[in-house]
Amino acid sequence: MDFINKNLPYLLAGISVGGQYALIAIGYTMVYGILRLINFAHGDIFMVAALVTVYATTTMPLYVSIPLTLIVTVVLGLAVERVAYKPLRNAPRMSVMISAIGVSYLLQNLALYVTGGLAQTYPAIPFISDTIQIGSATTKMVTVVTPILTIILVFALMQLINHTKIGMGMRAAANDFETSRLMGIKVDNVISMTFLIGSLLAAIGSVLYFTNYASVVPTSGAMPGLKAFVAAVFGGIGSIPGAVIGAFIIGICENIIKGLGWTTFSDAFTFALLIVILIVKPTGLFGEGATDKV
Amino acid sequence: MLKVKDLKVNYGGIEAVKGISFEVPEKSIVTLIGANGAGKSTTLRSIVSLVKPASGTIEFMGENITGKDTNEIVAKGITLVPEGRKIFPDLTVLENLKIGAYMRKDNLTDDLNWVYDLFPRLKERHWQPGGTLSGGEQQMLAVARALMSRPKLIMMDEPSLGLAPLIVKGIFDIIKEINRQGVTILLIEQNANMALRTADVGYVMETGSITMTGTGAELLVNEQVRAAYLGK
Repeated sequence: MDFINKNLPYLLAGISVGGQYALIAIGYTMVYGILRLINFAHGDIFMVAALVTVYATTTMPLYVSIPLTLIVTVVLGLAVERVAYKPLRNAPRMSVMISAIGVSYLLQNLALYVTGGLAQTYPAIPFISDTIQIGSATTKMVTVVTPILTIILVFALMQLINHTKIGMGMRAAANDFETSRLMGIKVDNVISMTFLIGSLLAAIGSVLYFTNYASVVPTSGAMPGLKAFVAAVFGGIGSIPGAVIGAFIIGICENIIKGLGWTTFSDAFTFALLIVILIVKPTGLFGEGATDKV
Repeated sequence: MLKVKDLKVNYGGIEAVKGISFEVPEKSIVTLIGANGAGKSTTLRSIVSLVKPASGTIEFMGENITGKDTNEIVAKGITLVPEGRKIFPDLTVLENLKIGAYMRKDNLTDDLNWVYDLFPRLKERHWQPGGTLSGGEQQMLAVARALMSRPKLIMMDEPSLGLAPLIVKGIFDIIKEINRQGVTILLIEQNANMALRTADVGYVMETGSITMTGTGAELLVNEQVRAAYLGK
């Protein structure tokens, strides 16, 4: 009982941060599923979402600035796809990946320019920033909201993918672009839809994630982005349930490690895990077979 | 119905189709026969714009469709059953059929019943992932999926490839049945014997050019065709 009481705050934090990673990881895994592209700019889109919230809340009420954040992030995600990835649709995969790295640094440097290199104070969002008491742990409301919201969103997403026409189109396009075109599916629209969903979830994730932090800097997206990427690989990149489960496992493990007093090693653990997965089970927990798309 | 004029297509740096012209009359079965690499598949792929022709025109029901987007061409009523069947392995049989009708917004019940009548096997297996079907069943599914778009013209790329003779016969019976129900068919085949027996008109393709044409029955008894493609 004493052990649980001592570790409860860490476990709660782990579940919460796991949910936030999950919302980012879905963007990585869906884009990979359809384009076989690791969208390195995804973490930076997540960071831009936070900056939009910062700037929007200085002049606008919350009920305008949060929807605005979601819209701007989605538009940015779609624009990145259209400008940096779509022209390279028939290029070697390596070219697209390098383009993604380019977009990542471009967004970070634009953010550096806009913020002037100063950390921007993240606003306290009512309700989810409220302090609550769970057992022995004092935490913010966001700790409870995140996992619940994550599960609701993932459930809705799975319904969309498995039971709607556009979802069927997405699964078909993930199999084979050319045959999908023969069915009359507009593959470019399906790809846009994937980026729309990924960016929207990343924007929601950013609101939840940064509520636990005081400020945003241009590199704020890099670490959570990488962790979410590891989660997607751990779960089996391409698989949505895999990414979600991977994200929760990583979030919880990281925080338990902190609870044990090894805070310095919590990031190292995540990346050591990445190396171990790549060696032992490169396809992850729920990944598709090793067959490459030809 | 379909008129191809002076079609040239470059593919992978070579001139795969070197200026061919042919016609597919409405409600007929037309076949292009020829050896591997003659340019038959490239011809079909350029009709649905999966590869862009270098020059020439493709006309469908009096309208120039050369170089239009694939989904527009499919919407006009042309569909291709691709080589190697290319069913979606992770989608169920029913989903594969529904995706064939992706562009349509009306009720699919009648069409599902229609293809289930043609291929009762697919009805039994409607809940299975497409990838778990046998080769013959996958070919049936590929044809059924194409029918779901209610095409005016179905093009088939080697439907008999890799199938047992009995199943090939079944597939050709279905082709004739579909044609009897009013769908025009453009068939390419290495199995020249079956194709010519089924077709009204045949064209022989060699290294990117059409070298011979005639009714199916004429080509079937032609000495050159017999020597080159029928092994007699």
